[in-house]
Amino acid sequence: MRRLIPMWIAIIAGFAMLFSAFFPVTEFFGETFGEIFSVVAAIAYVLGAGSLAKINLAKISRRDQGWGYSAITLFCFAATLFVGLGKIGVPPNAQFAALPWSGEKNAEGSAFAWIYEYGLVPITSTMFALLAFYVASAAFRAFRAKNLEAILLLSTAFIVLLGRTFAGVVLTGWFPDWASGLRLENLSVYIMQVFNTAGNRAIIIGIALGVTATSLRILLGVDRSWMGSGGNS
Amino acid sequence: MSPSKSWIVIIAVIVALVGIRLSIGQGMGKVYVEQVDTVVEVEAVAKTKDHDGSPAQTVKWTQFNGVEPNKYYAAQATNPAQTVVTLSWPRTFGLWLGAFFTLAIFSFMYRDNPGYRLAEAVIIGVSAAYWMVIGFWDVVVPKLFGGIAHGFVIANVLPTLPAPPTEQVIAMWFALGLGGILLMRLSSKGAWISMWSLAFIIGVTAGLKIVSHVESDLIAQSVATFKPLISPQAGATGVIELGPTVWASLANILIVVGVLCCLTYFFFSVEHKGVVGRAARVGIWYLMITFGAAFGFTVMGRVALLAARVEFLFDDWLWLIDPAGKRVVEVAAAAGSFLFQ
Repeated sequence: MRRLIPMWIAIIAGFAMLFSAFFPVTEFFGETFGEIFSVVAAIAYVLGAGSLAKINLAKISRRDQGWGYSAITLFCFAATLFVGLGKIGVPPNAQFAALPWSGEKNAEGSAFAWIYEYGLVPITSTMFALLAFYVASAAFRAFRAKNLEAILLLSTAFIVLLGRTFAGVVLTGWFPDWASGLRLENLSVYIMQVFNTAGNRAIIIGIALGVTATSLRILLGVDRSWMGSGGNS
Repeated sequence: MSPSKSWIVIIAVIVALVGIRLSIGQGMGKVYVEQVDTVVEVEAVAKTKDHDGSPAQTVKWTQFNGVEPNKYYAAQATNPAQTVVTLSWPRTFGLWLGAFFTLAIFSFMYRDNPGYRLAEAVIIGVSAAYWMVIGFWDVVVPKLFGGIAHGFVIANVLPTLPAPPTEQVIAMWFALGLGGILLMRLSSKGAWISMWSLAFIIGVTAGLKIVSHVESDLIAQSVATFKPLISPQAGATGVIELGPTVWASLANILIVVGVLCCLTYFFFSVEHKGVVGRAARVGIWYLMITFGAAFGFTVMGRVALLAARVEFLFDDWLWLIDPAGKRVVEVAAAAGSFLFQ
């Protein structure tokens, strides 16, 4: 019973969404289920928060190694939540000035916008920027032009990289007009428009087929792995 | 390296950067704001079944909008005693904090260290709460509370939110129930019942994905592949030109052949031998070119982000560069010696 009810809930919800795309009569169910889905997904953040608090509080109470970082995480979490939910420092919407909570949650000058601008953005964008070094380092160690496939990958990467920079223009800018197609910036565009389009299109079609097949397996009750161990048919 | 030594290195880097900047003079790392006072006369609202009503009142508030240093220099030059454009201490502190976080993350290139772990701990807490807040104000308030507590929402947050129909109110109570059930996951005894909400999420996602992927990916991409293999290109005079026609036709042929060959490579129900094998091999070449292009693009994107972070450090924080002319010297010189104090 513990597996049967969830399976049927998934089947009914899934087919309601599917039918709503084909039968106008069932459109209402699709829209309503979509609304419910977005609310449940938003409430799921609370689950994530609970899990975060549970793990970090356990670490702090056990005085595990690095428990101080857990305390910082919890403090930052609580502070951001407090200023965000309370719209601290958010001026009211000029149209509805009598309502103190009518302003935009991330209005300029608010505490939430301050955290976003000086905490979230610097850390996340620097973390992504760090990948430039690691990708380059990994590529230097792993990429070897051993066969035709590797040569194609490497040369395409170089052409795209150089073609999008001033160096590419300088290196091949002297090519005569009749060979202008071979200039790195033009070659880069041609690769993106032709070869990259073809490859990506095939990958997208493959993904679409895979997602559709997996979704159908769930809706037909064939795939129950999402229910955890022992859920497989 | 011990944690204390790591801290010393990070602090030394910051002190060195600040020291170099200070030795040049001209100030650094300040954020200026402009004070905007707003006064709104609010009319009285009559009491209705949806609204408790409110008396006429005057609402005042002050907003501080960020401005470029130029504006501060100009304002000071005009009137040194002015208080409209001023230095913002909270934002200046935030700028320095942002610079510290940026350097702390970059310090990971050397090795894991307390500075990096501090920034990591901060971002875990902040980002978790950030998305919760976004979900609360964008979804929970207008949809859930707007459905089950409409009067409260229009009286406090969204006065223009339309009254929900009865079906939506029922649906939102259902959503609240499912959300409550989902939170049972945190309990050791009632965790099994949270599977009901999970099942709803899985089912809706599966149903949505089938429609969206078939519609926008499978069909749209297949249709886009049906291209004319001979594509005449007319010039400015309307006459078909040979060169562009050959290039355009070749591009279409290469795309059609490429998609078919790549799909052949993905098709594992037939052994890759003979014609199928050769087509699959061509497919691999296409995929390698695609991966190479994706790699190049990824590196370009990351380098662009890196450039943005370096610009933040050298422009916004250290004031060593000024590509946008935010601190123009002529303006500064005209404004006098107070500028760089």
